[in-house]
This record gives sequence, structure tokens and C-alpha cells, in this order.
Amino acid sequence: MNSTNDSDGREAARRFQQAAEKVSAVVRSMATLEEALAYTLDLCERKQACELLAAGCAEPLSAGAEALCDGKQAKTMAAPNLPPETRERFGGLCHPLGIRLIAGSLRDHLAGIDVGLTLADYGIAETGTLVLDSSSEAVRLATMVSEVHVALLPLSRIRESAAALSAELSGFMQTPSNYLAFITGASRTADIERVLAIGVHGPLELHILLLEDR
Amino acid sequence: MQTAATLKGYRREVSQALANDFLRQAMDNFAVAYRTSRANAFAGMDVERLVAGVAEAKDRALTRLDELYAIFKSRAETMGIRVHLAENAEAANRIVAAIARENRVRTVIKSKSMTAEETLLNHHLEAEGLTVTETDLGEWIIQLRHEGPSHMVMPAIHLSRHQVADLFTQVTGKEQDAEIQRLVKVARRELRRRFVEADMGISGANFAIAATGTIGLVTNEGNARLVTTLPRVHVALVGLDKLVPDLDTALQILRVLPRNATGQAITSYVTWITGPAEYAGAEATAKQMHIVFLDNGRRALARDPIFSQVLRCVRCGACANVCPVYRMVGGHQYGHIYIGAIGLIVTYFFHGRDKARNLVQNCINCGACQAVCAAGIDLPRLIKEVHARIQDEEGHPVESVMLSLVLKNRRLFHTLLRSAQIAQKPVTDQTRYLRHLPHIFFRQHDFRALPAIAEEPFRDQWPRIAPKVPAPRLKVALFAGCVQDFVYPEQLIAGVRLLAAHGIAVAFPMGQSCCGLPVAMMGEKKAALAVARQNVEAIDPQRYDHIVTLCASCASHLTHAYPRLLGDERRLGPAARDFAQKVLPLSVLLNDRVGLDQSLFPETAATAATTYHAPCHLCRGLGVHDAPKELLRQAGCRFAPAAEEETCCGFGGTYSAKFPEISAEILARKLADAQRTGAETLVTECPGCVMQLRGGARRQGLDLSVAHLAEALAARMKARG
Repeated sequence: MNSTNDSDGREAARRFQQAAEKVSAVVRSMATLEEALAYTLDLCERKQACELLAAGCAEPLSAGAEALCDGKQAKTMAAPNLPPETRERFGGLCHPLGIRLIAGSLRDHLAGIDVGLTLADYGIAETGTLVLDSSSEAVRLATMVSEVHVALLPLSRIRESAAALSAELSGFMQTPSNYLAFITGASRTADIERVLAIGVHGPLELHILLLEDR
Repeated sequence: MQTAATLKGYRREVSQALANDFLRQAMDNFAVAYRTSRANAFAGMDVERLVAGVAEAKDRALTRLDELYAIFKSRAETMGIRVHLAENAEAANRIVAAIARENRVRTVIKSKSMTAEETLLNHHLEAEGLTVTETDLGEWIIQLRHEGPSHMVMPAIHLSRHQVADLFTQVTGKEQDAEIQRLVKVARRELRRRFVEADMGISGANFAIAATGTIGLVTNEGNARLVTTLPRVHVALVGLDKLVPDLDTALQILRVLPRNATGQAITSYVTWITGPAEYAGAEATAKQMHIVFLDNGRRALARDPIFSQVLRCVRCGACANVCPVYRMVGGHQYGHIYIGAIGLIVTYFFHGRDKARNLVQNCINCGACQAVCAAGIDLPRLIKEVHARIQDEEGHPVESVMLSLVLKNRRLFHTLLRSAQIAQKPVTDQTRYLRHLPHIFFRQHDFRALPAIAEEPFRDQWPRIAPKVPAPRLKVALFAGCVQDFVYPEQLIAGVRLLAAHGIAVAFPMGQSCCGLPVAMMGEKKAALAVARQNVEAIDPQRYDHIVTLCASCASHLTHAYPRLLGDERRLGPAARDFAQKVLPLSVLLNDRVGLDQSLFPETAATAATTYHAPCHLCRGLGVHDAPKELLRQAGCRFAPAAEEETCCGFGGTYSAKFPEISAEILARKLADAQRTGAETLVTECPGCVMQLRGGARRQGLDLSVAHLAEALAARMKARG
């Protein structure tokens, strides 16, 4: 790899980070996969088992909505699209801490998952957007039902704009049953008095871990 | 949702909206905040080029709508999607209901879809015994309140946190605090349960990409992702106008849509679905995905030479965000289902004349919507076209027929104005205002003092005052317009003095009449055409370097409407185009073409400050933003800029007679902004604005004099030595 490409890559990563932070995503650089896994684990450990205020458990709810809380006891993480050996390694780290790591059957956890860890396909620097092939239902749910979404984004996968990624995106769309997601920041609404509120349906936090892979 | 049967009933509902203090405040805050966030989102980008690109791409797609549908259908079907085409709203609802029946669906969750609002889908499904839950927060709130949306992007913008808290208290059966962050979490939990239970999810789509059979959804909350994922059946209801040929076109629109809608570079989620996605639920073996395309007049509209551009709309809602009338009355009074300027137009095509009749009259023609439109749609003109069409279908009201008849005959028009000058004497009380209004005017007119008709119109004074300019550098014709000719001749006299002092010879062709804008605003196209012909015949453009006017509304109408009205006529076409090209506002001629001669003005600057109101038809109609202010500065005025300088003053010609209460509210804000600058003089470059602003300042007893730019400059000029 020549140095021009390297500095272009750093510049793209810097622009990506700037744009993503504008929409309150947390962006961190990770030198190794180990570091990224440790970060995610730490995040899950420090988090309350049921994000009390944030997810609405503390709110006065109707009986039916409140019953959802009962289904959610131990801390749970989902990592549906990590390579199998990485997931296994991660599971090994979770187990001693009493954190359950799942990869499928996410429908059993619709009340909420603490942390969803995914591997993003691409990043778009202009808008700080993650591109994530979500054709697998587990990936879709992990990025929606989780209270915190952590996405691993290899630096080499950052492109300047959506237009610059057009060929790759079209490629996804040639596959039957493709479900492709652009994700930019956490779920948000401004539907009440135009006041911004994060985490209306999806994650309350989005962490993007920029992974050195060059 | 506006449903008033008569204009009178509509006015009554408008008055109620005007009395809603929360709505007032919310709308004001929004209007101001939106402008800033939009500007930030587009910072460093060539917005005009982006908008032109969207317009061009959509126009191209619209010319091949049937073809794109065929490509999409065939591609989507190979991807396992079932594609339906509904001729109208009823048919679309029946198709969706049938899909529900075939799949034994009991509960339905929905993400936001204006198309489903258009077909009143929820009502239909509920009548079939289905339970339908909206999952977009704003849509859920208005569904619970049994209301329609008041904004295309923010459907519950008319409600306060207290109203939402009361509503959620009813829904949960537990007392809720009016704290927004908590209320959002309550909705999150209450709705999560509905997602889990639902058998069918209904979404809309922002894009339908023909090349790949993909739909694109642009959302912030993420509810559309759950709607399309959790239930075993997904139905997307999509207007045919959402068809685009390829991904690149969709991405091109996506660069503009969120920036223009909410000032976001992109929304939190953009979802591209190409076929029924993997489904791991218990009840079914495979996911079903249906797309129901809605025609409902779109295919015919796409072929309409005048109105096809309506289908360029990407539903960003920006035309409402900047509309001064929407800001005053809110969405429930500014649309039937579709809100804002685009709503005024499409209501006629999608929901019929009855629903559109009153709405199309509530456009003040300020052009703010057109200037902000993501697809460059000529919204104000199309609103007038719909108005004209409805009048042609239903018959024209007496007042506008009368005005048309009068205007078509210039001598009659001018004779009537002269007799009105005499007739008004009992009510002017020797002042230059009508002291009390004749009963033929609405009582609500009293928010501003109306000027009296001048004793001697400009055209009668002209032979006496016409200056002699030896060896002129330019020869111009003066187009007076009726307001300055008959109400404010002193503005023209000041203008002529300025022009002469700059070595410009002025001619005043006597055959000229009203520019025709008032009748065009009333939907009287034939009369507008007749006066346009008179003016082009009266002023031969070949004889002059420029046709100068001191009225921004005349200037804009002459420039844009004359080539459209007359351009194709064999006899007058070339002259009309030449005429339109030569029209210049006074400020542009003085500032940009000849340059203000500063030796005419005293060297010492004025002590009192001057502020400026930009006439809509000058700043947006003709793209003139700085020339008048430059002139004021160069003439030694101390300039104090006002907030919202380019927001309408509420005049709108005949608009202020039809909706005086709205006009008064807009005016009140404008005058408050001017007052906050501490200026003694408020300058503008349109006699209509002068009439509105001066009348309002006088009625409120403000210490603020209102002057036309020509008067302000002429007043600063040194006496001829």
C-alpha cells in the first residue's frame, strides 16, 4: 500500500468520524479486533441490565407493555454476523462475566437486547453512515432491538459518498431477498414539539469502532 | 384535514386556528429554526444545481412512467415480490384488505405513508375488522386523537407536550408527566408490544427503483425497519410517482430530500428492500412481500403539459416550512391530506374539486415555496392554475368577473378609479387615508389604514413634470402599475427625478394599464391575457433600452408571465419576449446597470437608521437581494438589517382582502421585526408592501415611517444647485 492511499484513507476516516459524531454516534479507533471486543464487553458490563430510564421500564406503562420487562433478566449481547471463530472467541470472553452471547433466535429477545455487535460492510464519509447488509433477520433485529448498537467498521471500507459506492450497492440489490441498511446515528424523533429525542424505536446509542485493517 | 364546504366556513376555521397561541408560537419557532438548519445542511453545496438535477431526473422518469412500472414489476417479481396496480384509492384499499384476508391477518402495524393517508387506508382496514396501529410516533399520536397530519414530515407538530401527556395518560391508564424524553420512551414500550403481535406490516416507500425492483424507505425513528421485519406479511403502498429508473437517481434525490426536509444530511435510517427478506417467525415458512402501486390520477397527471411537474414532489414538506400562511394557520387549515403548497395543488387531483376549492384561494403568492422546493416545482403558478381551472369548471365569482371586465377596458378602469377618488371624499376626511371603511369592505380590514386614491394620478401629472434629459445615456419606458399611478404617484415622481439625475431619459407611454397580476391571482386567465396584450401594444420594447418599474409585483409578473401568456402568439410573441427581457426594477437599473452617482448625495451619513423589507416578488420573483440595500448604503443611510427581511409582509394584493385576518397576523410580525432594529424608516421597493406596512404602522401608531426606495433615495438627494 502506498502512502498516498494511506493518507487518503486517514482523511476519509477523519471525515467519517466528524459526520458520525455530528449525529451523536460515538466513534473510536481500534488498533486490533481484540481491543474492539474488549471495548464492547466493557460497554455491556457497565450498562444497567435493563436501561431503566432510557428504555422506558421505569415509566408508568400499561400492563401489557410492562409485561415485556419480565422476559428480560440476564444481560444479553447479540453478534449475528461476526465470523464464527471471532464469535466463539467473544463468547469465551462473555461467559465468565455472566453475559449471554447469542447469534440467532433474536425473536425470543424482542423485549430488548443490551448490546448488538455487528460488522459493517461499508462506511460513507460524507454523512457518517454505516452500510450494513441486513438480509439476515438476526442482523436486522440486532441493530433494532438492541439498546446499544456497536458496529465494527474496517477502515479500508470507508468511501467518500453513497454515489461512490453505487456499484457495490447495486451489487447487493442483485441478490434476491436483499435488505440493505444505511444507518446514521441512533434512532431519533422530533415528533413532539420538534424536540430531539434519541432512541424512539431502535438503539439508544450507536458506537462505531474504526478497525485498523491496512 | 380541511373539509369546510364554503369559503365563509373555511374563514371561520382559519380564525379559530389563528387564536391558538400554542400553534402560533410553535409555528414561529419552527419557521425560523428550519431556515438555519436547512442552510447548514446544504453548506458548501450548489443547491440550485442539486435541485435542477432532481427536477430533470424526475421529469425524465415521468415521461416513461408506464415503462418504469413494467420494468419494476418484472424485476420485482423475479425477486419474489407480488406487484399490484390500483387505479384509485378505493381499489388500493381493497387490494390491501384482500391480502390481509388471504393471510388471516388480525393486527396490522404501519410506518408512515402519505400515500396511505391519501387512500384513507386505516379507515378501510378498520371497517374490515382489523386492528391497525401507526408506529411512527407522530402518526400514532394523531391516530389516537383521530386527526389527520398537520405536516407531511412532522404530523403532530400542532400538538404540545401537555396534550401528548394527557393522551398517553388515557392510553396507559397511568398518569404521565409532560416531559418529552419520558413520553417518547412510553411510546417506545407501548408500541414494541404492537410490533411483536402484528401479523402484517404496511409501509410506504420513498423510491421504487425499476432496474432492481427495490424500494427505498427514508426514516428517522427506525419503526419502518420493524414494520418490514417482524410481521409475516409486508405490504408497501407506493404512489406511481415514486418510480425511478435506477439507484443513482434515488441517491441523487436522497442528497436533497433529508437536507430539505429537516436539515439533516441524511436520516438515521435509509432502507433498501429487494424482495421478501428472511423471516424467522413461528407462524409461517416464508415472508410475503407485496407492493401496491397507486395511480389515483398520477398517470394522467404525468401526461399533463402544465401539471406533470407536480409529480416531481419528493414529499419533503419544505413548501409548508417556509409558507407564511401555513405558519399562521397550521396544517389542518392548509391542506386536505397533503399539506402546504403542494397540498393545495394535489388535493384537486387526488381528492377532487370540493376539497380544493377554498384551499387554492389561500395562497399569498410570495414564492417562498418555489424557492425552497427540492424539485424546483413552480408551486405558486400551479396553485393559480388550479384556481383558474376550478373557476372555469364551476363559473367565476361576480367580483372577479367584474374586475376582469373592467380591467380589459383600460379607459373604463381609469374612469372608475377617477370617480372613486371623488366618491371616497366623505371617508377620507381631508387625509390621505380612508378614515373609515365603506361597508363594502370586510370589517376585518381595519388592521391597517387604507390609503386614499390620489387627487391627481401620475398619468395626468406626467405632461407637466416630465423632465428633459439632454444627451441621455439610456432611454427607458416607465411602467407605472395601477397602485403607483393612482394611489402613490409621488413614488413615481421620486423615481423619475432619480433617473433624470442619472442622465436617463424616461418615457411614459399612456396606453399602459394594470399589469394583470390581480386578475391572474383571482384565476381570471383571459383577463390577464387581455391586459398583457394591451401593455405590450402600448410599450414598444424596441424603442427603449429598458422598461423600468418601481413595483416589484409588476416587474415579476411582466418578466415571468408575459412570455408564458403571449410568447407563442404570432403577432405579439416576439415583442412580448423582448418586453419581458427589458423589464428592470429601479434598484437594479440604478445599482447594477448605471451605478449610483454618489455626488448627488450629502457626504455626511444620516443619523437615524433605516431598515429594509424585501418584497417577495423582488427577492424571490427576480432574485434581487442586495441592490436596494446597496443603494441605501451608498446614499448615506445608516442601515440596520431586520430579522426575516425576506419574509412576506402579508399583502399579496387581493389576498389581503380575501383573508384579512391572516394578512394582519403576518403584518404584525413583520412590523415587530422592523421595530426591533430601532430604525426610524422602513424602506421597501413595492407599492403594495408600502400600502400594507404603512397602513399597519399607522393603525398601530408606530413611530416608524414607511417609504418606497425611490422616495427614500430622492429625499436624501441634495437640492439641485
